[in-house]
Amino acid sequence: MRLLAHNMLACNAKGVVNGFPLKIVVKETRETETEFNAEFLVHMLPKMEWAAFVNAAREIGAGELPGEIPDDAATNEEFLQAFHHALLEVHVEEGTLVCPESGRKFPINKGIPNMLLNEDEV
Amino acid sequence: MSRPELTAPADVFYSHTEARKYTQSSRVIEIQERLTERAVELLNFPDDGSCRLILDVGCGSGLSGDRLTELGHQWIGIDLSEAMLEHAREREVEGDVTRNDMGHGVPFRPGVFDGCVSISAVQWLCNADNSAHIPQRRLKTFFTQLYKCLKRGAKAVLQIYPDGPRQAEMITTAALRVGFSGGLVVDYPNSTRAKKYFLVLAAGPPESLPRAKGEDDDEDDYERRGMRMDGRKSDKGAKYRKSNNHKGKAWVMKKKEQYRNRGVHVANDSKFTGRKRKDRL
Ligand SMILES: C[S@@+](CC[C@H](N)C(=O)[O-])C[C@H]1O[C@@H](n2cnc3c(N)ncnc32)[C@H](O)[C@@H]1O
Repeated sequence: MRLLAHNMLACNAKGVVNGFPLKIVVKETRETETEFNAEFLVHMLPKMEWAAFVNAAREIGAGELPGEIPDDAATNEEFLQAFHHALLEVHVEEGTLVCPESGRKFPINKGIPNMLLNEDEV
Repeated sequence: MSRPELTAPADVFYSHTEARKYTQSSRVIEIQERLTERAVELLNFPDDGSCRLILDVGCGSGLSGDRLTELGHQWIGIDLSEAMLEHAREREVEGDVTRNDMGHGVPFRPGVFDGCVSISAVQWLCNADNSAHIPQRRLKTFFTQLYKCLKRGAKAVLQIYPDGPRQAEMITTAALRVGFSGGLVVDYPNSTRAKKYFLVLAAGPPESLPRAKGEDDDEDDYERRGMRMDGRKSDKGAKYRKSNNHKGKAWVMKKKEQYRNRGVHVANDSKFTGRKRKDRL
């Protein structure tokens, strides 16, 4: 799971009103190299829950990002590189996601978050 | 070939053995890729070559996802089968995969995806694998949450293998009921083997359905027209009369005459000639 997915994932168990952001308990991460695509990054910016992203990047050791998206983000190479790295190049391999509201835990094994609910949670 | 949907629940059917077989069959790979390509075509993004964020429902081993990557998009996938997902990972797919039962909804924030594709998966929702499974309810939960996580106006293109017209209708109706607009596009409707169903949905106001492939331009057009459904009641007749696909009685008579002259057998003329057929699947 990369932060691209983490920033979109939310707990959808019955009764949970705000299942975002899932807290990440990290056991193991892995880094890969991905092609840099500035245009995609700019496309993603308005979709991001930025505060949650900055926090998650810190939680998984994917780097420090500014607390707010800079005004010149689209042309700020240094910022985009840091964003790219944290969004797409760091994978949480083993760990747990925790719903901020219900405390429900979702394990991450072999890089795959298991968001399966029980029938009584739907 | 029997329908896998009837043999076992999806997470049982898609075992490690099946996942391996699946990803090693060049025929399967080719079909998944072709269907994905067509699904993306039907998403009908503006032709600007931009990379978009796509949800792949029933992403499985990521064959469909690979095609999304090749087409230049980023994707996040959900699938029920652990085995299929592990294969996706072993194959080092570019997208992020998540284990989830689509019948329980899709666990994402509102409005984030630019589009959704699903290749050969959603018909699984029509099966009840245990007493807790009520297909209508699972379809409703799935479509409700799918609608929410799509950007307003974004499309979902779901290629499905319904076991018959009734299942196709059940899935379509469930989608329209939660607010999607759109309907079925049936490619190659006249070929048993090549025939493919794509449920083309928009999370927002309706637009015209894209054209199916492999349709003859004559009366078969009506078949596709008949499938078009809007969420709300609409004056289908008006659309039909306005469209140039409706070529009218005179045109049909002329065509029939041409065929007769060529010695081809055509139906006798009657008061129904050239009339719209009843809507049905
Ligand atoms: C024909 S396969 C398609 C695989 C995929 N598109 C690929 O490229 O490998 C259908 C997939 O739907 C998944 N599926 C079936 N029921 C599901 C459900 N309720 N929720 C999520 N995925 C499901 C299966 O696990 C399987 O991987």
